[in-house]
Amino acid sequence: MAGAAPPPPAPRRRHGVIPGFGLTLGLTLLWLSLVVLIPLTALFLKTAELPPERIVAILTAPRTLNALKISFGLSLAAAAFNLVAGAVIVWALVRYEFPGRRVLDALIDIPFALPTAVAGIALTTLYAENGWIGSFLAPLGIKVAFTPLGIWVALVFIGLPFVVRTVQPVLEDLDHELEEAAATLGAGRLTTIRRVVLPAVLPAFLTGFALAFARAVGEYGSVIFIAGNLPNVSEIAPLLIVIRLEEFRYADATTIAATMLVAAFILLFVINGLQRWSESRTGRLG
Amino acid sequence: MAPVAAPLAARAADVSLLNVSYDPTRELYQQFNKAFAAQYKAETGKTLEIKASHGGSGKQARSVIDGLQADVVTLALAYDIDAIADRGFIARDWQKRLPDNSSPYTSTIVFLVRKGNPKGIKDWDDLLKADVKVVTPNPKTSGGARWNYLAAWAYALKTYGSEAQAKDFVAKLYKNVPVLDTGARGSTVTFTERGVGDVLLAWENEAFLSKKEFGDDKFDIVVPSLSILAEPPVTVVDKVVDKKGTRAVAEAYLDYLYSKEGQKLAAENFYRPRDPEIAKQYEKVFPKVNLVTIDDPTFGGWRKAQKTHFEDGGVFDQIYSN
Repeated sequence: MAGAAPPPPAPRRRHGVIPGFGLTLGLTLLWLSLVVLIPLTALFLKTAELPPERIVAILTAPRTLNALKISFGLSLAAAAFNLVAGAVIVWALVRYEFPGRRVLDALIDIPFALPTAVAGIALTTLYAENGWIGSFLAPLGIKVAFTPLGIWVALVFIGLPFVVRTVQPVLEDLDHELEEAAATLGAGRLTTIRRVVLPAVLPAFLTGFALAFARAVGEYGSVIFIAGNLPNVSEIAPLLIVIRLEEFRYADATTIAATMLVAAFILLFVINGLQRWSESRTGRLG
Repeated sequence: MAPVAAPLAARAADVSLLNVSYDPTRELYQQFNKAFAAQYKAETGKTLEIKASHGGSGKQARSVIDGLQADVVTLALAYDIDAIADRGFIARDWQKRLPDNSSPYTSTIVFLVRKGNPKGIKDWDDLLKADVKVVTPNPKTSGGARWNYLAAWAYALKTYGSEAQAKDFVAKLYKNVPVLDTGARGSTVTFTERGVGDVLLAWENEAFLSKKEFGDDKFDIVVPSLSILAEPPVTVVDKVVDKKGTRAVAEAYLDYLYSKEGQKLAAENFYRPRDPEIAKQYEKVFPKVNLVTIDDPTFGGWRKAQKTHFEDGGVFDQIYSN
């Protein structure tokens, strides 16, 4: 086969199984623009009304930094806790039969359905020093309601279903036989978990973690009742945004909002990267 | 989050009004609207439907600015109506249109303490003691909280003389605050139901309401030696009433607040009536307090007070920045 290469075949449109790619992509972009992109653009445009030095001043104010630290720090801590607690719950739900399993399974979704303010008031009632749980913790010197710990409790509450519901289907799909095969090949229980089960469910866990975290960062309703809302101590960033709105400082509010958005986006991007990396390293099973 | 109450009558009304108000006036306007609608029917033969919207005062002002079609606003402080006026919805001189700074009823700030007053709280100084926990909402998000703060400031300034000492006083007071709720009702719940704190800085009507709600055996009201005259003002929203053609009825509605019946309803709901005759009838309810006003040179009106104390970087922020 010497000489010139044969001319490449004329490009042919490849058709997927389901027709209508052009139409659906068009609708997708239109809808995404209306619902997500345009409001977000407005957010950044409003922020751009401020001179850059004002933006820097807002963001470097200790109050803003502390609020962001509280929101992001506690959201990460809550998501991390949910990762562990969620793992245990999912394992029990998927791998064991026990009375009331279906009820428990249904209960997991309650934080999704409950209005967040109701959740906040309920949690505050429980964890206040005269509440059912708080009255047991108070003699031990543990104060939950009206402290950062209270914020964390609220964020754990709203974040739990995200981890459980993302991991559950993956674990359900994971074949028992794989573990049995590992056992027959001489792997101990820990090795089986580490080399067989974990790689398969890790991407799902990371997704659940990211979702729980993202939700927690923006959470307002359930937190403000239990937080105590002291500036620099237990004031979350969404509350600071609301405070700026109350002062009729719209641009200041959007500055903080836009910063949260960018920070959350970067974190989610990193988590997404981790997830891809773990998928490519292990190959998805099941 | 400003729920609009269901109309009293299901059938179509001849005229309808929307009153955008703040949180603790819910009970007052429920009764007042019924009374005014009856009186309007008797005078004109027309049915009047009055809708009411309640929420945090600042939030309510923002809704009106953002386009909520309020015929009248009845808010917690003049500054919130000023904010609406600044955006062209209301004539700038609105506060001169009705008697008494356009505030048909007043209130003040008192202390609600636990029964028997175990910490012996008598006056503002007692709030600075190391073992006293004070519950008050965040002045940034609550109109009532701004009155609380300014009352403390006025006391400190009168007692200790200088602005620096007043600032120090208020800073120490807020060091004793374990929870800053976003609204006055939230603080009341934190104090009464969650059992947090030794003293609640509260609207006088809210304090009375708490006693009524939980029984006299739970709480005592302590009246400090000096407090502030809280004037919740009312006005018509010019832009809306002129468009809807409801100016006459909206103005009659507000005038009715100043009538004997309106004043009586205010007093029944623990707002201090302006009318001397009605005030006399209820003088046993409301203790005599030495009151400063927001127009006192100490504050120089709401705009100045807002700028000095509550704007970004103002005194309240300085208290929390170190």
